[in-house]
Amino acid sequence: MKWGVVRFPGSLDDGDSLYAIAEVMGQDARMLWHKDESLGGVECVLLPGGFSYGDYLRTGAIARFSPIMKSVAKFAADGGLVIGICNGFQILCEAHLLPGALTRNRSLSFICQRVWLRVENASTPFTRAAKQGDLLRLPIKHGEGLYVAPEDEIRQMEERGQVILRYVDADGRESDAANPNGSMRAIAGVANQRFNVFGLMPHPEHAVEPMLGGVDGLKIFQSIAGSAR
Amino acid sequence: MSERPVSIPGEPKVDLEQARAHGLAPDEYRKIEQTIGRTPTYTELGVFSVMWSEHCSYKSSRRHLRKLPSKSELVVQGPGENAGAIDVGDGWAAVFKIESHNHPSFVEPYQGAATGVGGILRDIFTMGARPVASMNSLKFGSFEHPRTRYLLGGVVGGIGGYGNCVGVPTVAGEVMFDAAYNANILVNAFCLGLVRKGEMMSAKARGPGNPVLYVGSATGRDGIHGASMASAEFDKESEAKRPAVQVGDPFTEKLLIEACLEAGKTGAIVAIQDMGAAGLTSSSSEMASHGGLGIELDLDKVPLREAGLTPYEILLSESQERMLIVAERGREAELQAVFEKWDLHAVVIGHVTEDQRWRTRWRGQVVADIPIGALADDAPIYDRPAAAPKIQPQTKPAIAAKHPETAKAIRALLDSPNIASKKWVYRQYDSIVQSNTVLGPGSDGAVLRIKNSRRAIALKVDSNPRACALDPYLGAVGTVCEAARNVACAGARPVGITNCLNYGNPERPEVMWQFIRGVEGLRDASIAFGAPVVSGNVSFYNETEGHPIPPTPTIAVLGVMIDVAKHVTQFFKNPGDVIALVRTAAPSIAASEYAAIFGIDGGRLGAIDLAREAALVEGLVEGAEQGLIKSAHDIAEGGLAVALAEACFNPRAILGAEVELGRAGNADAVVFFGEGASTVVLSIAKRDAARVESLFAGRGLEFAVIGRVTAEPRLKIGAAAGLDEDVAELQRIYEDAIPRRLRGGD
Repeated sequence: MKWGVVRFPGSLDDGDSLYAIAEVMGQDARMLWHKDESLGGVECVLLPGGFSYGDYLRTGAIARFSPIMKSVAKFAADGGLVIGICNGFQILCEAHLLPGALTRNRSLSFICQRVWLRVENASTPFTRAAKQGDLLRLPIKHGEGLYVAPEDEIRQMEERGQVILRYVDADGRESDAANPNGSMRAIAGVANQRFNVFGLMPHPEHAVEPMLGGVDGLKIFQSIAGSAR
Repeated sequence: MSERPVSIPGEPKVDLEQARAHGLAPDEYRKIEQTIGRTPTYTELGVFSVMWSEHCSYKSSRRHLRKLPSKSELVVQGPGENAGAIDVGDGWAAVFKIESHNHPSFVEPYQGAATGVGGILRDIFTMGARPVASMNSLKFGSFEHPRTRYLLGGVVGGIGGYGNCVGVPTVAGEVMFDAAYNANILVNAFCLGLVRKGEMMSAKARGPGNPVLYVGSATGRDGIHGASMASAEFDKESEAKRPAVQVGDPFTEKLLIEACLEAGKTGAIVAIQDMGAAGLTSSSSEMASHGGLGIELDLDKVPLREAGLTPYEILLSESQERMLIVAERGREAELQAVFEKWDLHAVVIGHVTEDQRWRTRWRGQVVADIPIGALADDAPIYDRPAAAPKIQPQTKPAIAAKHPETAKAIRALLDSPNIASKKWVYRQYDSIVQSNTVLGPGSDGAVLRIKNSRRAIALKVDSNPRACALDPYLGAVGTVCEAARNVACAGARPVGITNCLNYGNPERPEVMWQFIRGVEGLRDASIAFGAPVVSGNVSFYNETEGHPIPPTPTIAVLGVMIDVAKHVTQFFKNPGDVIALVRTAAPSIAASEYAAIFGIDGGRLGAIDLAREAALVEGLVEGAEQGLIKSAHDIAEGGLAVALAEACFNPRAILGAEVELGRAGNADAVVFFGEGASTVVLSIAKRDAARVESLFAGRGLEFAVIGRVTAEPRLKIGAAAGLDEDVAELQRIYEDAIPRRLRGGD
């Protein structure tokens, strides 16, 4: 599969994402520049973590207007696979490629720690290498990861299986203490209705080597790699 | 040949009084008049006042810093550039430095700390190195002091707010609370970068006629006289200095990092320097002076945030995220293209000259014209009087009277914010970006892998002001030993040191004495470990209304590991492993957290045998390289009992320990909670115990098996009189100490 990692000014996990896909997974991956409109024929676009354009307005609010996002929106409309991690998730919400929004953490502070996640839907291109109910250990690192959406919309998303990942404790149970940022329904990752766009706050690219805290992130990338059209 | 510089209409008159208001001593003002042969213009006076400030000139410290060893076969760059560099193998050089941002952080904690991070990052990428890790050392007043929570929240927020946004992980640090810092906190920021050997950039201007480029943010009025603020004591008016604190823009810094590193690859950069303290003035004069050349700047070309800035303001502004570059003539456009790609200014504002003068023009007229040497090497150097204080610290031995019960004591220690988990702090820092953090915060030291290499770097920052207050020499020696030992516990060999020397007013003889003794301690320890001091920073005038801080040399040690897979953590691993102690001397409660909490006179510091310290470090590294050591934890604040508890707090699953202290006396507080001596708690597979023993005994060190790791999570020390505690309960105290205080609980 051919991957493209978008580099916005202020992207931070762009290099780590490229490293995970190209060096660790051995996939064909390249960097895409925010000022370009061409996606260079990639089959999956990854929007990485960071603070695009400084995020001085609202996270992701400026990045959605960048030239490359036009192409990403078109690519997604054509059914192309798009994954947004952390800031990438925020950008996808701002661009209305995903429902809901990400707001300030309940604690009002940045949080960097490992969390447990439960796979709620394993029949998507982003989770097919996992099984429903599988627990993943991934790091989060964000200040604005509290997922919100209108109650009605969340209910429909739940029914359609668009809630892909949820924060849980080590035993796979939901609890207030296991919800690090106060997200509604402990939502950590969602997909669009077509299941070709996926956004998540945890960082799978930071969990691909045993020495650096585990390999659970590979499940996500392997799922995508196995979904080549 | 030279035009006489003109004054700007409306500027204040320059005289002795004006010079004094700028912080210049009468002798210094006379020396300025002598050097330039006339009365300086107001602009020139401002320039001299910052360049001759303690912060920029090191006028009180320079002659003493020369004593520090700065050479070894691994040193790629010693003091003299923006940061030092050490060869870490496989073609990589580690560029690193630590720097203070104490005064601004006390006045405006968020921006003060944030710009401290920004400044030290620029020192690193100026060298052509990609910043790969940050650390910090923070000293606050007592937790009960009304201002402490505000300062803690602001400083931690600022470090995170800046560091998280530039994509450099904050991998380690230390935080201490002590009433001695109630009115003068310390914020010391460290950064490490990596660069291919031979691709390092320099701050030495070359080639008369070469253009000077200004890159990065536009210049505003922020931070004017920041360097001067850092060169004076605090008083009641210090609050009013808030406008002298700069405001950081980490997004622009991130762009600058990428743009500067990319621009470096063009080969068109002759020299590069960040605009730190004293902004455009110091960066331009230092680059010219390092190259033995002159420089001419046209201030009308400097990008400004607002109209109406005077030359004085433009030259002294400490607006952040700005760099100055000397380019190869004719290749300006190549560099400008790179900066344009990153949406940054890159404007030619002057050129290098042959005449060794620092000349600036504004609206067509010369407004400053000063021999370059006067701003750099010919700045005043003082040999300030030094004298040991008349009242020596207490020298009585420990009193055994008021010792609390052991069970009570360990709980109180684990609940002390100085010992307790700092998770509340480091959880606010991105510690994993760049995918190199093998061991991050919450461990003795950090371990970073080097991609495409088996090698790794270990880092640790330490300070011990209580010991330095008792004996500034031994305290400094002990601080280096502690940092080196921590790096060795991880399995890395210490190879380089950077230091941030925080002291009071050097015009006081007893402060000068503390400083000199500190430097001597640093020198002796550095020699003993063969780890030269390649960079550093001095912060004087850390005092408020006549009360200096305790001497606080902050030491960061960099270690190199041959094989990252062999790194060792502080946590016990397997039930049944033997627990052993290896040490260089007997413990003592002098300067200990135990003595501080319970108000016990700990007596004086024990002597330190540096040969044994070096042997301990060597033994630890060898043990790790041979894969014989399962865990290694340095005994620090709280002594052996706390070290054992911490080793049980394995994040995978807590374990227990059963320890007998034999002849040492089971209920002796000194044995349980004493610090001071270099002691390491090891856990070792049973079959390897004899080999590890010979590793240390062969080096003349005391080695004793004291117990074993247990699956049952209880910490049992001593047969009858000692301790028998639930590890989970101890961990709860340890984890909750700081959050509980911040919640406002008792």
